[in-house]
Amino acid sequence: MRAQFVFHEVWIGLRRNLTMTVALIVVVAISLSLLGTGLLFVKQVDNTRTYWQSKVQLSVYLCSSTNLGGKCGTDGKVTPAEIASIHAELKSNPDVADVTYVSQQAAYNQFKQEFAANEPIVKYTAADQIPASFEIRLKNTEADASAVSDVADGYPGVAEVVDDASILDNFYKLLDGARNAVVIIAIFLLVAAILLVANTIRLSAFNRRRETSIMRLVGASNFYVQLPFLVEGMIAGLIGWLVATGLLILVKSVLLSSLQSVFPYGVQLSTGDLVEVIIVAMITGLLICGSTSFLTLRRYLRV
Amino acid sequence: MIHFDSVTKTYANQGRPALENVNLDVEKGEFVFLVGPSGSGKSTFLRLVLKEERPTSGRIHVAGRDLARLTNWKVPHLRRRIGCVFQDFRLLPNKNVYQNIAFALEVIGKPRRFIRKVVPEVIDLVGLEGKRDRMPDELSGGEQQRVAMARAFVNRPMILLADEPTGNIDPATSIGIMKVLDRINRTGTTVVMATHDAAIVDSMRKRVIELEYGKVVRDQSRGVYGQAY
Repeated sequence: MRAQFVFHEVWIGLRRNLTMTVALIVVVAISLSLLGTGLLFVKQVDNTRTYWQSKVQLSVYLCSSTNLGGKCGTDGKVTPAEIASIHAELKSNPDVADVTYVSQQAAYNQFKQEFAANEPIVKYTAADQIPASFEIRLKNTEADASAVSDVADGYPGVAEVVDDASILDNFYKLLDGARNAVVIIAIFLLVAAILLVANTIRLSAFNRRRETSIMRLVGASNFYVQLPFLVEGMIAGLIGWLVATGLLILVKSVLLSSLQSVFPYGVQLSTGDLVEVIIVAMITGLLICGSTSFLTLRRYLRV
Repeated sequence: MIHFDSVTKTYANQGRPALENVNLDVEKGEFVFLVGPSGSGKSTFLRLVLKEERPTSGRIHVAGRDLARLTNWKVPHLRRRIGCVFQDFRLLPNKNVYQNIAFALEVIGKPRRFIRKVVPEVIDLVGLEGKRDRMPDELSGGEQQRVAMARAFVNRPMILLADEPTGNIDPATSIGIMKVLDRINRTGTTVVMATHDAAIVDSMRKRVIELEYGKVVRDQSRGVYGQAY
């Protein structure tokens, strides 16, 4: 095998149909970066989801002295007896895995910590304005939380039951929609990329039909005849992938990071996640370019 | 070297076979003319030897191999033992004489040291000394055919197939081409040449196989082009 000879042939092939090669690189780059962006979205959603699933699922907020009217009535604050009975009821509920009582003081401390950067808010919020709560984890994390939340809502002294998932649902829907759109466009572009690879290789084979016919005549092995075309497709794919890698790093640092500043309780995507997506993009690109070249060659370079 | 055993070849969509029940043997080192009108099956014969086509029935042995048993991926190895020359030369226009000949060795993976050694030798053999850097369009038809012969011979094939090699060349130049073919034959290479050129066949007095409508109608050692009877 003479690498120099193969690469010389590849170089001639790429140069001879430069326009097709450039078109191929652009389409591969865009489709791979869209695919990668879709995968980053998936990872973002998954990370956020697992983060929240491991946390509290239902928050049962108890009446505080500032809760007036509604279910808390006019006497306001929940009594210690009510707290004890709610705790017991929740513990005995078969769907509940774990109940934690967060007192007003504990909730206030947590609040101070989370808003440490925002001094005026902390300053003007008193400890008894923050409601005490029961944080509930369900046995079955996938199950509908409404059975438990409906029961808990009926206990005296309960101001409000919040299903954490319902807060995040809209966020998830947004991310899922964006991901689906991106993936669908990526699939269309990948199809376009496949057709372009096939066409580029076909043109290249046509341009070099003299060379290939002589190669077959003098007994070059099929592998040797096809290798320059295969490498040609792969190199276009690799350059496209390099461009896509640049775009993906941009997408990660600009787009997803700004998303995280809007939803600060999300989980950061690690560099490992990005590298994984980039590797998936590379394998996809090489696989598409390589296999399409190979299949096209089987049609146009018969023995 | 080439053995045809009742070989028939019928192309799809054609009623009459291109070759019909052909039996013949070409021995090692022979020089054979294949004559006959257009459509008599000369090209089909050459294509069958190269395994570019498969016979409809019958057996073919080339260089000791049964072509029916030769797997597709071994066909290139068969072709490395067969050199080919055509009427239209089939040179690469963007490569010079040396590169055109070297190409045949490069694509079968020969080391460059070997190529540097044998290509000048074969350029001398075909009589193109001093023209190694010429491009094909700077050469006469006869010179281009010499390059094609050098390319066919550079890998020292056992068989050289020539499909009307003098078809595009004037008679005076053709003599030079035939001298080169004769020189190649003298190295022990079997030469099979399909031709219409009566003068050449008559002057060489080699074995002549005449095909007509796909059948061997004459097989004569030291023959002439026209009918001997």
